[in-house]
Amino acid sequence: MIYADNAATTQMSEKVIKAMLPYMEKIWGNPSSLYSFGQESKDSISFAREQIAGCIGATAAEIYFTSGGSEADNQAIISAAKIGAKKNKRHIISTAFEHHAVLHTLDKLKREGFEIELLDVHENGIITPEQVKNAIREDTALVTIMYANNEIGTIQPIAEIGEICRAAKVIFHTDAVQAAGHLPIDVKAQNIDLLSISAHKFHGPKGIGALYARKGIQLVNIIEGGAQERGKRGGTENVPAIMGMATALLDACANMAENNSKLLELRQKLIDGLNKIPHSTLNGDAEKRLPGNVNFCFEGIEGEALLLHLDDKGICASSGSACTSGSLDPSHVLLAIGRQHEIAHGSLRLTLCENNTAAEVEKIIVAVGEVVEYLRSISPLWKDKLIGKREFVLPE
Amino acid sequence: MPLYSAKVMDHFRNPRNVGSIENADGVGEVGNAVCGDIMKIYLKIDDDIITDVKFETFGCGSAIASSSMATEMIKGKPVSEVLQLTNKAVTEALDGLPAHKLHCSVLAEEAIKAAIEDYQAKHKQ
Ligand SMILES: Cc1ncc(COP(=O)(O)O)c(C=O)c1O
Ligand SMILES: [Zn+2]
Repeated sequence: MIYADNAATTQMSEKVIKAMLPYMEKIWGNPSSLYSFGQESKDSISFAREQIAGCIGATAAEIYFTSGGSEADNQAIISAAKIGAKKNKRHIISTAFEHHAVLHTLDKLKREGFEIELLDVHENGIITPEQVKNAIREDTALVTIMYANNEIGTIQPIAEIGEICRAAKVIFHTDAVQAAGHLPIDVKAQNIDLLSISAHKFHGPKGIGALYARKGIQLVNIIEGGAQERGKRGGTENVPAIMGMATALLDACANMAENNSKLLELRQKLIDGLNKIPHSTLNGDAEKRLPGNVNFCFEGIEGEALLLHLDDKGICASSGSACTSGSLDPSHVLLAIGRQHEIAHGSLRLTLCENNTAAEVEKIIVAVGEVVEYLRSISPLWKDKLIGKREFVLPE
Repeated sequence: MPLYSAKVMDHFRNPRNVGSIENADGVGEVGNAVCGDIMKIYLKIDDDIITDVKFETFGCGSAIASSSMATEMIKGKPVSEVLQLTNKAVTEALDGLPAHKLHCSVLAEEAIKAAIEDYQAKHKQ
């Protein structure tokens, strides 16, 4: 099997699994318990909290463990909205291609009377700091813009946006779920107030994440309960997962430069190979994208059929076609960068990690080429284009 | 559990009756590129019997498999009987489809009906 869907989730590393086992086998006490056996668990997660904080330039007191990226996004946005509402600020700036954990939370706030302004992400999938600057108003409560997009991998100018928000005294949240462990993050230098991460995107366990909230930002509970996470997130801590997340993040950050230089080579090879397929195009900026992300549209075919045939060839990938999302519309990300519906249906996302090899990339290129050619051969849409009955959308 | 039944995957992997028919007696095309599924059916009809049928599909696994199954179900059948074909019958023959995939299979029934309408329109002249 060739796994090329690392933006969906990653394989846990041996090291991470080993780091978690003692917290299932031996140190399984409740961190809230008074006796020393429980305190051992508590000390362990305190240590993990410090390690995670260290990886992003935060302090331990600014890290709150959550059930993952979605919860962190929800809590960050709801909290910033409440802070804004107290000062009668109900304007929120975001982008059209955020993850649904962000967009659906914003929808909820809209129903509660907030005004949501979604910035255009352009054809290259990158917003400019000027757009943010121009959009900020007296009553802006929050700017929430993802660090890197989960479908097309494009990296946003986070430090510049942070600087603008700080100067305007507007809270800045970034969904860094795809970036953490893959791109350098320094919440202080980048003037980030709130930041979400999720362990399973960097070889950690699923169902655990963290919200960084700058000292002074008052969080609102999503989960009410005990006094865990300084009263901001009830529920007995998932100690093994927290320990796994810390190990995974530390490892990813320590090997970031090495991993990324390898990935950049693999990415280029894959892009060059897929570019040879006629009437295809790379989605998102060719350079300012996550080192492992490749996202293409192939004209005249549909993405789910492509994925099923790739699965038969042992390749795991994903697509933004409507038929893979269960809705009638293709990916909101591809539509946001201006891809026509017809083209967006034929999309393929391949996301590599440092464990992928050049030989695997070569196999992927051959397999995708074969499947695209086959699907085009049975596609009436493609045939119409060949005989000039319909226009090609993408250049040769 | 896999998304699709073994039957669906069989028809998806080895679609029957793929291609086109030159000088077909009836041609029907339904769907559009915006919603991501287009199905085209070609019919050869002699004495009101479907003697040959071919299809081309731009669409997902469900769309391709239901086109394939539908063409098998109508080959050799009289036009009057083919007009009774329902999407439900195609879906059942495929051992079912996930609920959110049913809309992709409706096109098979519609494309066949469109092809027969085309045949009947030509025939009247
Ligand atoms: C950008 C982004 N935000 C949020 C999430 C949600 O994270 P989780 O699966 O940990 O809830 C994901 C992962 O799917 C993501 O890619
Ligand atoms: Zn479909």
